[in-house]
Amino acid sequence: MSGSKKILRFISAHMALLVALLMVTIGFLSAEAVEPDEVIEDPRLELRARNLSAELRCLVCQNQSINDSNAPVARDLRLLVRERIILGDSDAAVIDYLVARYGEFILLRPRFGWHTLLLWISPLLLLVFGLLLVGFVVSKQKKSSKNVASNTRAHSLSASEQQRLERLLSSDRHLF
Amino acid sequence: MGIEIGHFALISALIISVVQMVVPYYGVLKSDLRLMELAAPAAVFQFALLFISFLTLVYAYITSDFTVENVFRNSHSTKPLIYKLSGVWGNHEGSMLLWLLILSSFSAAVAVYGRNLPISMKATVLSVQSSIAFAFALFIIFTSNPFVRISPAPYDGKGLNPILQDPALALHPPLLYLGYVGFSLAFSFAVAALLEKRTDAAWARWVRPWTLIAWIFLTLGIAIGSWWAYYELGWGGWWFWDPVENASLMPWLSGTALLHSALVMEKRAALKVWTILLAILTFSLSLLGTFLVRSGILSSVHAFAVDPERGIFILLIIIVFTGGSLALFAIRSGSISDNGLFAPISREGSLILNNVLLTVSCGVILIGTLYPLAYETISGGDKLSVGAPYFDLVFGSLMAPLLIALPLGPFLTWKRGDVIAASQRLLFTGLITMLTIVMVAALVQRGPWLAPVGFSLGIWVMSGAVQELFFRVNMGKTSLNNSLKRLMGLPRSMCGTSIAHFGVGLMVLGIVATSAYRAENILIMKTGDQTKVAGHRLVFRKVQQQNGPNYNSLVGYFDVYWSDSKVATLNPSKRTYNVSSQTTTEAGIHASLFGDVYVVLGDAQKTNGFTVRIYFNPFVRFIWIGALVMSLGGLISLSDRRFRIGAPQRSRNTKLVLSE
Repeated sequence: MSGSKKILRFISAHMALLVALLMVTIGFLSAEAVEPDEVIEDPRLELRARNLSAELRCLVCQNQSINDSNAPVARDLRLLVRERIILGDSDAAVIDYLVARYGEFILLRPRFGWHTLLLWISPLLLLVFGLLLVGFVVSKQKKSSKNVASNTRAHSLSASEQQRLERLLSSDRHLF
Repeated sequence: MGIEIGHFALISALIISVVQMVVPYYGVLKSDLRLMELAAPAAVFQFALLFISFLTLVYAYITSDFTVENVFRNSHSTKPLIYKLSGVWGNHEGSMLLWLLILSSFSAAVAVYGRNLPISMKATVLSVQSSIAFAFALFIIFTSNPFVRISPAPYDGKGLNPILQDPALALHPPLLYLGYVGFSLAFSFAVAALLEKRTDAAWARWVRPWTLIAWIFLTLGIAIGSWWAYYELGWGGWWFWDPVENASLMPWLSGTALLHSALVMEKRAALKVWTILLAILTFSLSLLGTFLVRSGILSSVHAFAVDPERGIFILLIIIVFTGGSLALFAIRSGSISDNGLFAPISREGSLILNNVLLTVSCGVILIGTLYPLAYETISGGDKLSVGAPYFDLVFGSLMAPLLIALPLGPFLTWKRGDVIAASQRLLFTGLITMLTIVMVAALVQRGPWLAPVGFSLGIWVMSGAVQELFFRVNMGKTSLNNSLKRLMGLPRSMCGTSIAHFGVGLMVLGIVATSAYRAENILIMKTGDQTKVAGHRLVFRKVQQQNGPNYNSLVGYFDVYWSDSKVATLNPSKRTYNVSSQTTTEAGIHASLFGDVYVVLGDAQKTNGFTVRIYFNPFVRFIWIGALVMSLGGLISLSDRRFRIGAPQRSRNTKLVLSE
């Protein structure tokens, strides 16, 4: 009696949790290091700052974005990004400003250009190459196996032989 | 004199490795059975010697023998016992010795359990395996010897890096090495196949269980690493595309591809050339991973075992083994004849698609990881970053088609499949998936617009895996009893596949949910304050100074309430270690299946409060549970009868079920 009640309560509590969790309206990217005093009041601007920060590298860290690093440099950059946003810069303008100051090293997603051509097109290139290779090998096999098939037709098993073979193969299941 | 026993055993193991490398293969060339039979005892003996060597080092750590330089540098007498133990592999020298020990344990396992291998095959495999052991024994003795003494002996040690003083250190590196090094057997088998000119279905069946073992360990090792990085602050969370994380993901991806291609080779005698190449590449990527971690040429959070000088030695090892085996492959692969004709839409075809996507994504990660290094070298000092936003985009777009195709594959028949029929069988799964998209999109108003689709991809894969199992046992079409009977009679590898695929779906669910729907609350709190996150109420009760065995810590007390009942008290803390006066931050986590409440105690404010970061990470546990379930699937598959009997025969069980 009480057991089933307990289960019911457990389920309803967790369903409520599930709904609550699905209701939470979050658009922020993870931020391990953002300090309360940095956050912009306007949530839309703060969201922009977060999204931009996720693309920016903390210059002294190992691959961490400025969202996640608690190094002083990262804090300075977070404040700088917010300052530019409040001044009315567009996202692209903020990025341009930072690249002009710190170089492209600051971008965790490098810009598309001659110097990153290989990086950006390699996924597509590899995929196309892989699929072409498969197509080539399969078509070659088809040809060669046709030749083999016409040569060996005389030796292939008859239907009754095939059946017997299958039976033999399946029966020694019990041998082990 | 204790430590000299270990030193002596290590040098003896080096000598044995030369014998094991040369004599059995000479026997193969001369068809001398007695020489070939030397391989197995040599492998076991080599393992025994390295085991003694490793135990000696462990003993030196436990007894805090600071006359040994390695112990002095990495241990301290006040360290708790578990960290004295795991500290053995928390540094470069000790971890390389563990690496070598695991390598030789795999050789010994083949020597003991590979009874039904043809003797010449076994001798060749163990010979190749021993050549790797020889290279690494040489490396350890000449560049990374853990048995070097110092005199006069220091009073106490320097201590282990505080961030490594965690129970996960006991598991994460050994499991990873078991995975990395386990792939050495796939490599040795591939080289042996090329040398012996023996590439048939039987070969694939010998290789698959060993590859599967390595894959299970690597999956667990990566998962534990991810979990550790999640609760330890400063490591970027459960995954952030650090070069060293990438280095472990690359062999995992190609190893996964190898498991699937070896299946085609075993069942249909096709994809032979490719499978052998993949076996070589997988271990080469493991070596590359070792090189990237040890050399420190890429900046990474794993920078505790770095020495550029040693990097060059490992680079040489990679050049010799990868280059040598690829050269052998180039010479011999022409003579391998592939047969097994099949249509593009077939089980084989789906497994090839799996291989193309996994290998391409592996290649993409390789290029992305090394691109900054190459760019800096070529441009003469210009620097570039390739980070999470790039990898998320590219890897995500390659994984999406893989996940969409995943449930369809097992429903296609060998040789020639029917994609329409397969889709019809997945109708139910398709409906659930659609429903999930609509539900998630309706309930969660904001967040990335693609998130509901990603979330439902997880459902699609999970439900597809369940439906496959139901289909195999005729669930619903026959009595429940009958279905259960059939389930028991199903080949274990088939259950294993379904379970592993189910795990993939769980993981996708966790990744998407926690990335897209994370809730956060960053604020300044004074004791007595309360706040909310995702329906939970948190009360900041107090802070307290507490002393650990070798650190002082400032501990926060947070009571977590869910619908007015207290569910947990969390204790996030900041630790200062006595020996190095380094600080670490430990999160307080209330874990549940639906999501974690994750609290971090930040800096003290001038106004008597603390910066507090509170997150709710929905379904984050599913990431690691998914990995566990995947490993479980591997384990069940490993227990399949045809691996145990090992005899090279076509699998009839599978055929029977399929033809029905």
